[in-house]
Amino acid sequence: MKVSESWLREWVSPDVKTEQLVHLLTMAGLEVDGVEPAAPAFTGVVVGEIVAIEAHPDAEKLRVCKVSNGDKESQIVCGASNAAVGLKIPFAQVGAALPGGLTIKEAKLRGVESFGMLCGASEIGLEDSVDGLLELPNDAVVGQNIRDYLNLDDAVIEVDLTPNRGDCLSINGVARETGVLTVTDVVAPVIDPVVASIDDELTVSLSATEYCPRYAGRVIRDVDLSVSTPLWMREKLRRADVRSIDPIVDVTNYVMIELGQPLHAFDLDSISGGIDVRLAQQDERLTLLDEKEVQLDADMLVIADKNKAIALAGIMGGNDSAVTTKTQHVFLESAFFVPEIHAGKARNLGMHTDASHRFERGVDSDLQVRAIERATALLLEIVGGQAGPVTLVEAEQSLDTAQTVLLRESQIKRVLGFAIPAERVLDILTRLDLTPVAIDSGWQVTVPSHRFDIEIEADLLEELARIYGYEQLPVEPPVAKLVFSERSESTLLSQNFSRTLIAKGYREAITYSFIDPELQRMFSPNEAAVELLNPIASDMAVMRTSILPGLVSAARYNLNRQQTRLKLFETGQGFTQNGQNLNHTPLIAGLLVGQRSPESWLSGRDANVQKSQSADVFDFYDIKSDVESLLALRGKVGVESDVRFVANAGASPVTALHPGQSANVYLGDVLVGYVGLLHPELLKKLDIEQEVWVFEMELNLISVKKVPKFKELSKFPEVRRDLAVIVDGSVAAGDVVECAREAATEHLVSLIVFDQYSGAGIEDGKQSIGLGITWQHEQRTLNEDEVNTLTDGVVASLKQRFNASLR
Amino acid sequence: MSNQENLQLLTDKAMSAIKGADSIKALDDIRVEYLGKKGSITEQLKALGKLPKEERSAAGAQINIAKQAVQTAIEDHRTALETAELAERLASEKIDVTLPSRCDHGGAHPVTITMQRIQAYFEQIGFSVAEGPEIEDDYHNFEALNIPAHHPARAMHDTFYARKADAEGETQEGAHVLRTHTSPVQVRVMETQAPPIRIVCPGRVYRCDSDITHTPMFHQVEGLMIDEDVTFAHLKGVVQEFLRVFFEKDLGVRFRPSYFPFTEPSAEVDIECVICSGEGCRVCKHTGWLEVMGCGMVHPNVFSYVNIDTDKYTGFAFGMGVERLAMLKYGVTDLRLFFENDVRFLSQFS
Repeated sequence: MKVSESWLREWVSPDVKTEQLVHLLTMAGLEVDGVEPAAPAFTGVVVGEIVAIEAHPDAEKLRVCKVSNGDKESQIVCGASNAAVGLKIPFAQVGAALPGGLTIKEAKLRGVESFGMLCGASEIGLEDSVDGLLELPNDAVVGQNIRDYLNLDDAVIEVDLTPNRGDCLSINGVARETGVLTVTDVVAPVIDPVVASIDDELTVSLSATEYCPRYAGRVIRDVDLSVSTPLWMREKLRRADVRSIDPIVDVTNYVMIELGQPLHAFDLDSISGGIDVRLAQQDERLTLLDEKEVQLDADMLVIADKNKAIALAGIMGGNDSAVTTKTQHVFLESAFFVPEIHAGKARNLGMHTDASHRFERGVDSDLQVRAIERATALLLEIVGGQAGPVTLVEAEQSLDTAQTVLLRESQIKRVLGFAIPAERVLDILTRLDLTPVAIDSGWQVTVPSHRFDIEIEADLLEELARIYGYEQLPVEPPVAKLVFSERSESTLLSQNFSRTLIAKGYREAITYSFIDPELQRMFSPNEAAVELLNPIASDMAVMRTSILPGLVSAARYNLNRQQTRLKLFETGQGFTQNGQNLNHTPLIAGLLVGQRSPESWLSGRDANVQKSQSADVFDFYDIKSDVESLLALRGKVGVESDVRFVANAGASPVTALHPGQSANVYLGDVLVGYVGLLHPELLKKLDIEQEVWVFEMELNLISVKKVPKFKELSKFPEVRRDLAVIVDGSVAAGDVVECAREAATEHLVSLIVFDQYSGAGIEDGKQSIGLGITWQHEQRTLNEDEVNTLTDGVVASLKQRFNASLR
Repeated sequence: MSNQENLQLLTDKAMSAIKGADSIKALDDIRVEYLGKKGSITEQLKALGKLPKEERSAAGAQINIAKQAVQTAIEDHRTALETAELAERLASEKIDVTLPSRCDHGGAHPVTITMQRIQAYFEQIGFSVAEGPEIEDDYHNFEALNIPAHHPARAMHDTFYARKADAEGETQEGAHVLRTHTSPVQVRVMETQAPPIRIVCPGRVYRCDSDITHTPMFHQVEGLMIDEDVTFAHLKGVVQEFLRVFFEKDLGVRFRPSYFPFTEPSAEVDIECVICSGEGCRVCKHTGWLEVMGCGMVHPNVFSYVNIDTDKYTGFAFGMGVERLAMLKYGVTDLRLFFENDVRFLSQFS
């Protein structure tokens, strides 16, 4: 809401400067968003009067005016078509500095000397209402500085009102608040009832009193719409950010800004029969002022005549009943609509009007007659005409009777932490127009109709705190009983996993939870993703089922910016729809692209050591090792580990991965995630040339940690046997290890794969796997025979299961 | 030549050989030559028996002295040789320690860093962390927070709606919402836990708004304390102290009346602009103040939704935007950087 300070000061003028006023409003909850001057800076412009006009000798469109500034007359060459003798206009004299840096000098226009410039509205920073010069009223005092005359040294204060303070959506409301804050009397303009000079009335019936319990209407005949809105009103509207339309609309808007009551004017001749305020019929149609036809629902309130809806109540008038330049008679409406009937409707129709904004937040239910009287008086003054009596229809049972709210004295200290003295409480409440009556426990407080936001005790406490000053209330640390919170050692938190990856050189990313449906289909075609009904963009339209699409997109973003080595991870929710069940799955995902180590002089050396050109590029075993590091946090490592990597055999839930270089990750028999290379086809679609290694796991499935249990350290020597076994090339090393581990029995302390080889010396289609098996007994040294038996057992098992032979 | 002269000669010879030895091996050979089982000085000892009885003792002592001297000389020279050898080896093994290492840098996202700092401060004073669903029902996100359908306050939350399905997966009436704040987590905790309650709720929230100062997803930490005799003064105490420790600065904090449907009285919290120290700058729109938090005393209607006795308990709640605090703390000028995940940005925070 934009408030002209000078308009406000017509109502209440405390002895404080703008800056202080703004501070007081802000600190009372009427947050001031900004203060702008009512007009840009300029100097040297006075009220001038055109006293004579002659034609320009050499230019058809220019005229030579004699203009008085009260002291003397000057010759001005002017091109405006509305220049006329006797017209008072803004006169920029020689030396004037206009907005935009224009300085007025003596000049010759087509050979004729000109000493100044006559101004249109926009030339002094106002809004043009006519082409040409700004026509000042006749009573303007010639020679007066135009800034003083138009009161342009005014501040426009923009107040950002919270939704509960609908009562402040007017000069009236902000003035009341200013009066309370500065302890200054508010002087409202005198609004006398306009005595009817004709008897004409329209019948008004209220068919939906629960939504419209009070309606005031009035016929005004013989209005003259050829006149224009007076400049003072146009200026006030402009400062309130309301466009001037015609005198009737301008008056209704003016009263709305001034008092807070939205009004509407109908062309009387367009109304058949009387007025009925009723709910719309389902699918009833109405063409509104903005020429849009809307289809109405049965829960919308309309103003209707005997034939049809003629306005959407409190939102916008209908086009057919609108006041036009041809209008002779009007019907003025000032009604109270309850907030509930408006809530959300204007927004749903895509129409948010000044009127609907106010009705939605609440309008003083006792304001209608005052407002219609004010509007009538202003209209008669501007457009003339004959006013009929006010038709007032009320449904008493639906109007809120004065609300009383109990304020217990004890609650003040209990909630605010500070006992405000009783006389201070009374003073604050009274200043707020509330009527407190003392009772044993405190006060019964009667609330005026304009403070419809005050409903319960807490609201009164807030009013007390607000006016007393939040800043004045005490500050204390709370005191509470100390309580230990449960924190189980056997539960791993998301941070535990994150920290591990960070220590391994990963950077954390945060990507949007909503992604491109196309990307979603590419990564997880079989998952049912949750769709957004109102996405902010088409590429953010479904909730992710996996973090990877977002993470891979982040990788692509970086690759496109010459960042060629990436280690990224993210934790967060994945969302899936399973029938009517909506599942949140906490996930952790990681991604590797590029060189294994940051590029340096070492890269070439390391590659050399490993005798491979590509040795320095991330491979499956890099990302697998990171996955294993995460899973090792669970406290089950070495021979105790239950982690299994199972090659993707097409049955994988992840079609996004290279079938030959990816694995499902199991803990025992539970599938917890997957790891591998992104599918080359997918990379092609994403326009990524580098290999991208990824993993993703469900956090809930990997978060149970084994609490350590100490085992005696054996004092006896370990014994190691190395076996090289030949098995079929299709046999997974993991299965060989698993089988060997089972066969190696209880004294096993370590089992490693020290070699994997196929090629020269090994039969085609076969491979050699080297196993290093270490045993240790807890209480004694294992003897040669025992170790041989154990070794033989392993060999026998491998032979039986894989037809393995020793190399 | 007397035995004595012979011994002196041997000793001199040994000493000179030791001096000339240039390796441990040469020194070992010298030891064997003179002091070994068949060494020439050892032989002298063996020959003692041939001497007259009365001379044996003196001669023996002499030989032992010589033996000891040679022994010591060998040891000393060995130590010298070893020291030289080690020095030589070390010199030959010298590398250029100024060449770069294989070091890899990881790091947490600035939003996570900020969120965890906030969390840690509250955990220190006895709050625990609560989390909840990001796709919420209307009841928990709005209604139970005293924001009934069509309440104008809903316009403050540009809400994302998600399709709701029935058991067959067909679209159903109504919709789920992406939570617009983490307050529904507070509702869920109040539904299941009896006071006293002290929690903070960190997490992702969503609003259908995107421009230079808004992203459609951002993070919040909200807090809630419910106990007997919790007052607005306590709220001010907690919030003010938190902001001081978070920004590590004694900065001005002010509470302004505001409106949230779920608190009454409600307040907006401003801090003295951390960019210009309250002088007025572009960031604070020349007001000297920055809005950083919303808070208030829990609205009695919220308590009645979760059946908490308002005659026994009072409570306060507060909420803050994590990105906003991170921007102010680290001087980040563009909100959108947080979700672009440019590693050049991310790497500035570790």
